[in-house]
Amino acid sequence: MSKVLQAVGVKRRFGPIQVLHGVDFDLTAGEVHALIGENGAGKSTMMKILGGYLGASDGQLLLDGQPVTFRDQKQAEAEGILMVHQEFNLALQLSVEQNIFLGREKKRGPFLDHAAMQEEARALLARLDCHIDPRTRVQDLSVPNRQMVEIARALGRNARVLIMDEPTAVLTNRETDTLLTQIDRLRASGTAILYTSHKLDEIRRIADKVTVLRDGHHILTREAEGFTEDAMAEAMVGRELSGLFPAKAQPKDEVVLKVENLTVPGRVHDASFELRRGEVLGFAGLVGAGRTELMEGIVGLRPATGRVTVMGKPLKSASVLAAREAGLVYLTEDRKDKGLLLGKNLTENLTLLALDRFGTLRIDKPAEDAALTKAIADFDIRVNDRDMLAGSLSGGNQQKLLLAKTMLAEPQIVIIDEPTRGIDIGTKQQIYEFIAQLAASGKSVIVVSSELPEIIGLAGRVMVMGRGHIAGELTGTQITEDRILRLAMGVTDDQKETA
Amino acid sequence: MTDTTTAPAPRRRINLHVLGPILALVALIVLGASLNSNFLGYGNVTNVLARSAFIGIIAVGMTFVITAGGIDLSVGSMAAFVAGVMIMAMNALIPVLGIGVPLVAAGMVVALIAGCAAGFMNGFLIAKIRIEAFIVTLGSMGIYRSLTTWLADGGTLSLDFEARGFYRPVYYDGLWGVSWPIIVFAVVAILGELVMRHTPFGRHCAALGANEQVARYSAIKVDRLRMGTYVLLGVLVGLATIMYVPRLGSASGSTGVLWELEAIAAVIIGGTVLKGGFGRVWGTVIGVLILSLIDNILNLASIVSPYLNGAIQGVIVILAVVLQRESKSAE
Repeated sequence: MSKVLQAVGVKRRFGPIQVLHGVDFDLTAGEVHALIGENGAGKSTMMKILGGYLGASDGQLLLDGQPVTFRDQKQAEAEGILMVHQEFNLALQLSVEQNIFLGREKKRGPFLDHAAMQEEARALLARLDCHIDPRTRVQDLSVPNRQMVEIARALGRNARVLIMDEPTAVLTNRETDTLLTQIDRLRASGTAILYTSHKLDEIRRIADKVTVLRDGHHILTREAEGFTEDAMAEAMVGRELSGLFPAKAQPKDEVVLKVENLTVPGRVHDASFELRRGEVLGFAGLVGAGRTELMEGIVGLRPATGRVTVMGKPLKSASVLAAREAGLVYLTEDRKDKGLLLGKNLTENLTLLALDRFGTLRIDKPAEDAALTKAIADFDIRVNDRDMLAGSLSGGNQQKLLLAKTMLAEPQIVIIDEPTRGIDIGTKQQIYEFIAQLAASGKSVIVVSSELPEIIGLAGRVMVMGRGHIAGELTGTQITEDRILRLAMGVTDDQKETA
Repeated sequence: MTDTTTAPAPRRRINLHVLGPILALVALIVLGASLNSNFLGYGNVTNVLARSAFIGIIAVGMTFVITAGGIDLSVGSMAAFVAGVMIMAMNALIPVLGIGVPLVAAGMVVALIAGCAAGFMNGFLIAKIRIEAFIVTLGSMGIYRSLTTWLADGGTLSLDFEARGFYRPVYYDGLWGVSWPIIVFAVVAILGELVMRHTPFGRHCAALGANEQVARYSAIKVDRLRMGTYVLLGVLVGLATIMYVPRLGSASGSTGVLWELEAIAAVIIGGTVLKGGFGRVWGTVIGVLILSLIDNILNLASIVSPYLNGAIQGVIVILAVVLQRESKSAE
């Protein structure tokens, strides 16, 4: 087996900050090499250097054993090195087919050959078990389908080297299976694949070799065979991780949130549930089951019918402001598009939700500054510089900032949608700890998550949704992956009627 | 993990971005002073500032609209319409109120209400009916302009001669040698700057312009806020008209032509981002001054034909945006 692409002693600095300290990494044809590490460990930078998006400050790239320098990603693409981005690089206004063939359109004479491109796009998507019409505009697709289009685009370019940046972060288990099968096929056909994911079980399933980065240092490279998830996590974090989930608190009897017959047209039908003080309530279900829509309906982000009672008082006007004033806040799953202003600094982001606490007429800037200091300390937000932009924070720190922003409104009830999406294991543990503390301090938390271990580890009670309905409720020892999945997929089960 | 890829922006470039408009203004003043000895004289300075005041007051409002991610093309027509309505109302009220302070006060109230209503119309269609701002204000630009022409029956609406004489000092007089339009412009600009930087309203405008979704999820009443920016602009158009009418005492279909473009140009030169998300009122004030100084210098010095005024202003606008983009990529 030949080494297709090699990095030797690659270093990279951004201004005064050294992100990579001499990393060695190689990709071999017909092999999946996983690159793992916490957020901020330097994985993205490494991938961007390999994919030609960034240059190395020091060190050498070898392509087929020959030293090479990529001017830009186009040159890398011409060599068959393709990157599938975590943040999508798709033109939302264009159709699926137009995106897949963007920049290498098929022509017949001077005109575009639409029929041929559609045919090939359909075939590529079919390989991924993704049956969407190639003429659909990308903006009308769900996030997982957009990811599939992104992957189809790379497949269509016959990559020799495929660099995949957390391709499964937004996929459901079934979609992940399909993708992993595709990766198997690509490997068999001799493609060299770089794979990253925070889901270590996937790494176990798919990788031949694993490299661990920590704080920009190369920690180890070894065969994936026999490398347990625990060992991977320890290598990434550099310390022993015991008890990812904190102990569950016992809820009080007082009902703080009561939702009755809530319907979000076309998305959620007739959902009713209660939440008690000090409780962590999980919401499980497949992507598209209506969990996010239900929560957005409750806090007034979507038009909904039904009754919401907060602390005994009906929530009258359906607005985020009214919900916040009643003590109910929602933390979005989409922190980049709906949670944070990436182009603004930390302070402006932190105080946006609760700005009225900093003066109704004139904003009290010293108080804002003090709030930032406190948030950085309380939530352990790692900042290079207090004036940095929110978009320059790593994913985990963005999530912490979003948490801090939400908690500044001093809510009684916090709905957290996908609390740890795209976040490394060390930060995950901190966020779990924080959720448990919230509940222990008498607040109530709803956790919406697609990661079952997270739901099982955190929640004392779980509502399972399927196709817009609440399919069932599980408590205590009933909460198992098997039972949740059965309910979510609508498999007939005697638990079904307990909702 | 992408944290450090965009990390520290060199301070120096940002400062240049901040200083750019100021340096341009200083350069123009130096140029003007070297070309004509009267340039820095009391008469010329007062003249330039007073003429800047109309566009300036409107441009301050435009800064908020653009910062919140909107645009308003109708302000020039709106000014003509408000002036027309104001003049007609004052003429009609002379028999009731006579010539005097009550008449002028009534005219001012009418102008502010008319501006407020016109701004509300734009805001309502944009925020509630959800039509794009460009389209709505392109439409209302035509509507207000043609309504003015119709009210004037194709000619000119003139304020009653005596009333005009009584009203004139509002443009020509002032306090301690500073004429009223300049004072009003200064007050509007200072208040605007304070509102933009130090109030929740200003912060929310920037948030809305930066990302509407985030604003919505952060419990900001997005519709009301957006409408508010257009109403504010409408009221400021009314205020500018109050200052403008006593100058000529008339309004016609050609009043305020191209004011909208001058106002938008001033906002952009000042460093406000056209797509929204970031705005600064002091920049807009400098932008307005730059535009009127170019006009003034060309008229005073006979090196370049004053007919090229528009061309030079155009170059400045484009240059300002290019500079803005460079400092963006530096971040």
